[in-house]
Amino acid sequence: MAAGSENIAPQLAEVARTRISGATGATGLKRLSGGASQETWAFSATTGNGEIPLILRRAPGGESSKRDTAVMLETEAILIGLAEKAGVPVPPVRHVLLPADDLGHGFIMDRVEGETIARKILRDDEFASARPVMAAQCGEILARLHKIDRARLPELRVSPGASEVEQYWHTYKAHGHPHPVFELAFRWLRDNAPQNTELTLVHGDFRHGNLMIGPKGVRAVLDWELAHIGDPMEDLGWICVNSWRFGNIDNPVGGFGKREDMFAAYEAAGGGKVDPARVKFWEVLGSLKWGVMCTTMYEGFRHDGSVERATIGRRSSETEIDLLRLLAPRE
Amino acid sequence: MQDKPSAIELVEAVANFIREHAMPQLQGHTAFHARVAANALDIIKRELEVAPAAEKQERERLATLLGHDGALEELNRELCGKIETGELTLDTLALGEHLWATTLTKLAIDQPNYSGYRRALKEWQESW
Repeated sequence: MAAGSENIAPQLAEVARTRISGATGATGLKRLSGGASQETWAFSATTGNGEIPLILRRAPGGESSKRDTAVMLETEAILIGLAEKAGVPVPPVRHVLLPADDLGHGFIMDRVEGETIARKILRDDEFASARPVMAAQCGEILARLHKIDRARLPELRVSPGASEVEQYWHTYKAHGHPHPVFELAFRWLRDNAPQNTELTLVHGDFRHGNLMIGPKGVRAVLDWELAHIGDPMEDLGWICVNSWRFGNIDNPVGGFGKREDMFAAYEAAGGGKVDPARVKFWEVLGSLKWGVMCTTMYEGFRHDGSVERATIGRRSSETEIDLLRLLAPRE
Repeated sequence: MQDKPSAIELVEAVANFIREHAMPQLQGHTAFHARVAANALDIIKRELEVAPAAEKQERERLATLLGHDGALEELNRELCGKIETGELTLDTLALGEHLWATTLTKLAIDQPNYSGYRRALKEWQESW
């Protein structure tokens, strides 16, 4: 039985001592907020000459309960290693937990300092020189990520456009509340699903919150748990969803940049030809996905009565206006 | 008929109480959740103001589109079915107009500051 959430400090100190080169113990253990499906802990390994800032990503309570769309933490660690070799900025993985570590499933990686909160990244002076270059950085990073040889990848869910649409259709139908605009979007997506496209590794959640940003731009791509084999245009479309622009509606790429800059950098870095129509397909599906995810908050609210969940449920309408602007623009 | 204050006045007073008196005394997560609670009360207030007339109009548009009257939720389910099967498409101009009108109302209640809503209102004004 792996240690539960409350008392992992002794095991972690032992893991640091035995698995992290030069470490004598662990200090400063702190549970970080965010990441509902995984536990994320910050701590530092103590050494003879200072501390190594680290992150532990661990299955809740150490026990793996695999969601159907999420990859196992062991797989996530392999993907981060492959991404690092491909020149994608990532926090290097230091150690994948072993049964003898008594911490359950998970891995330890370097803690990269920076900012993930969109409103700060889009507003604060600290990131003023980062914002103009980040769209191109995203294009270059995605090109490198999509070029990773499929033969070297661990086993991953294969999900091209059509099957992603069906997955969210089932979630929407299970929710049960009628959303005519979602129906319109599902219909459009089924009629416009890309056929026979080349499939690659896709990050699956490439947006604010999962990008560690410093004064010069993207420092690390985090949270690989939704990685799968899919249409590479998926990652380019998802980061353009209006929900991730945080009010900067005229900067489609994450509220900081232009599509053209991301596309040009993607092609220049050898990512292949960008198909703007397919990117739009994924932007539409992305808006719809986020809208459907907002509606599912209602299920959680009915269990725990959380006002926060309740109000997120009322944010699904935001994606409906975005979907109408994409699919039925006023001429 | 209920006495004064109206439901709208009551909910507004509670939201003001949370923001002006309770929140300054709170910290951290509790302060954050108090803000969320006040925002939820704002949604209720706008819904009380806007929904009665808007839902009447929504039902009238649905009755025209579907050719018969009914309860609002049932009409919406029927509309969903017709969009799913492709029986109703945006080629029917009244469908687009209905979806726009309904969605603008939803946003006016749920999130009137949302960027996509603000932009849609601007585009509408410019197109007239």
